[in-house]
Amino acid sequence: MIRNLNVIYAYAIMMGLIILVGFFQSWNVALSIFNLCLISAVMTIGANMQWGYAGLINFGIMGYTALGGLAAVLISVDPVQEAWRAGGFDILMCLWLIIVMILVVRFILKNYEKSQIRTYSIIGIIVGGIIAIRVTAAPGIEAIEATNPASTGFLGGFGLPIIFSWIVGAVFAGGLAFIVGKVALGLRADYLAIATLLISEIVIAIIKHEDWLTRGVKNVIGLKRPAPYEVDLQAKEWFINLVEKFNSGKLNLISDLTERQQALNQLVIEGSSVFVKLCYSGLFLIVVILLLIFTQKALYSPWGRMMRAIRDNEEAANAMGKNVVKHHLFIFVLGSAIVGIAGAMLVTQDGLFTPGSYQPMRYTFLIWVMVIVGGSGNNFGAVLGGFAVWFLWIEAAPISLYLINLFTSGLDDGNVFKLHLIESVPYFRFLLMGLGLLLIMRYRPKGILPEKIEIK
Amino acid sequence: MDFLNAIILLLNYIFIPALTYGSQLALGAIFVTLIYGILRFANFATGDMMSFGTMIAILFTWYFQSLGISLGVLPTALLAIPFAVICMILYMLVIDKFVFKYYRFNKSPPVMLAMVSIGVMFVTQAVVRIIIGPDDRRFFDGERFLIKAGEFKEMTGLNEGLALKSTQVMTIFITVVLVSILFWFLNKTKTGKSMKAYSDNEDLALLSGIDPKRIVMITWIIAGILATIGGVLYGLDKSFKPFTYFNNMLPIFAAAIVGGIGNPFGAFLGGYVIAFSEIFLTYAYKKFFMYVLPASMEPESLVQLLSTDYKFAVSFSILVLVLLYRPSGIFKGKVL
Repeated sequence: MIRNLNVIYAYAIMMGLIILVGFFQSWNVALSIFNLCLISAVMTIGANMQWGYAGLINFGIMGYTALGGLAAVLISVDPVQEAWRAGGFDILMCLWLIIVMILVVRFILKNYEKSQIRTYSIIGIIVGGIIAIRVTAAPGIEAIEATNPASTGFLGGFGLPIIFSWIVGAVFAGGLAFIVGKVALGLRADYLAIATLLISEIVIAIIKHEDWLTRGVKNVIGLKRPAPYEVDLQAKEWFINLVEKFNSGKLNLISDLTERQQALNQLVIEGSSVFVKLCYSGLFLIVVILLLIFTQKALYSPWGRMMRAIRDNEEAANAMGKNVVKHHLFIFVLGSAIVGIAGAMLVTQDGLFTPGSYQPMRYTFLIWVMVIVGGSGNNFGAVLGGFAVWFLWIEAAPISLYLINLFTSGLDDGNVFKLHLIESVPYFRFLLMGLGLLLIMRYRPKGILPEKIEIK
Repeated sequence: MDFLNAIILLLNYIFIPALTYGSQLALGAIFVTLIYGILRFANFATGDMMSFGTMIAILFTWYFQSLGISLGVLPTALLAIPFAVICMILYMLVIDKFVFKYYRFNKSPPVMLAMVSIGVMFVTQAVVRIIIGPDDRRFFDGERFLIKAGEFKEMTGLNEGLALKSTQVMTIFITVVLVSILFWFLNKTKTGKSMKAYSDNEDLALLSGIDPKRIVMITWIIAGILATIGGVLYGLDKSFKPFTYFNNMLPIFAAAIVGGIGNPFGAFLGGYVIAFSEIFLTYAYKKFFMYVLPASMEPESLVQLLSTDYKFAVSFSILVLVLLYRPSGIFKGKVL
């Protein structure tokens, strides 16, 4: 137990900080930070698998997150019958065309020797196929986007509970990672970083502009929730009783009956949103704990040892008869799938899907800061990184506002310099992140909780 | 006459904008490629370094404007460039001293340096936004157009107008001059040759008495010049917004890799390859065909290969294709 003392300390401090936010700001804020910390933790577990276990750089985290979010939309939204009637047939025809195209290309690749004619015919088939797809899809897409564009204008989804999308999101992200991995994993580290970054931008561009599938920048709002709605809760007898019991001390101080009722109503409204957030926290916590158990087991299994061996010396591992390419691809897909889960969780929590909000800064580089700061190769480190960095990311603005006020207290309130600084408070979080990353990389390159290799 | 109209149309909407955009990308791409070739890491702070340089130029421009200094028809920003370049070089040398030097000395793997450059990216982005804010800023003054579309129509009697912005001419002209000087420097002077030698084989270069500190310093100086001028030209032609500059990093990377990373000439041409393919593939050719084809064959649709939304995606797809089939780039850079 003593061995893991630093882990326990680190987590205790982190939880203490979040609880402090609860006391000083509000429990609502604390819980929303906590929930996003948990989602970030899932992302860092995925990124840590790729980088910490296998040394693969994946700067495409944003793309997989967005695909996970797309899965949430496609699973939970009810199908738009009208749109299906208007253009569903064309879209299905396109799907067939794509499948046929892939099969033909595979057939050619399998049965003919490599030659110039083969290459040209494959290019011809792909180009011809794309033109054919565009021609068949165009009227369908137009019809779908024209059906009630203000509220739908897309095909909708399957109308299933949104929880399923967490698995489907993983499948989507894993599928994309399989294609990307096949294409790009042979590249050297920094090229892989650039290639994955650019591919994720392509994914975002497609999600943003294929309105018939995703509604694009018009956003999808009001997704179904796995948790109860606040309004429903506020009307429920048992919930009101619960809130009353919790706050009985406070309520008993108020003697006037109408005032007491008002105070109770206020508390119920606050309590309902805390309760909903707690539901999400529970769900997310289950995912994080399951993933932690799973990744921790994997890390110390023969498979984990093999991955480390491949990471530390690819040639030697290859010489020992390990198929480096295959294992790299596998862990790339696995890590991306976990990121996909996080993407679906994020959309589930927000209840809306906004393709425009996927920025590399927030969804790729910040996650990387989390992994590096927390400790790559150590699952607990990566999760802690997710918590600590997200906490700072949110609390950076209040902290820097406090510091600015402290340091400029000598200047009067109308001072131009002071006003300018206060106006630019939101950007201090970038400064904090950058400095944190640089300092950690310089003085503690293995992160807060470094990787430890247990030799038994 | 219709044929002439068609040509003017293409010139106006494809050729000149692509050439301008390509020049802007080319400067950035040479910057990336130099850092990659000599310091051996992918610099993710590229876009933000460019925005930092531009920001300084804007501040100087405002200062000059407040003093009442202007260049008449030319934008005041041109006068600010030399001062901005000096500040930018100082900034880069400071960053190198406090951040990158340590990792270079320890011979850290390139990935580590790339990560560090992400830290620099965060910090630079924060500094830029804190100083000048995240808003869109135009700092162009002087004469906007050399030829206006309307005047051109009157002059030639054609249906299509040709608008030539002064910023476009300036961008292309300055890029060509700057790049010529750079190539002369790299290929003809002793320092330039030693830089190339250092990039090809570090150990051999050190053995033959090349001073690595000097090489690194000169690299940062050239990088500072390129980043500032590239950034200012982009800002003059379009507008300055920190976020756009950050996003521009991606096509710049694409240009550098397509041209063969580590190869400045490749990067220069890579910029144009990316710019032209982006604009070629997303332009709607309907009007062009209306001029060229007889009336009976006029197309009904826009004849657009890809919608403009996919502009960025085009360059990235080209990059992916190049990485797949010719990883060393079109013009043979470093082999991966």
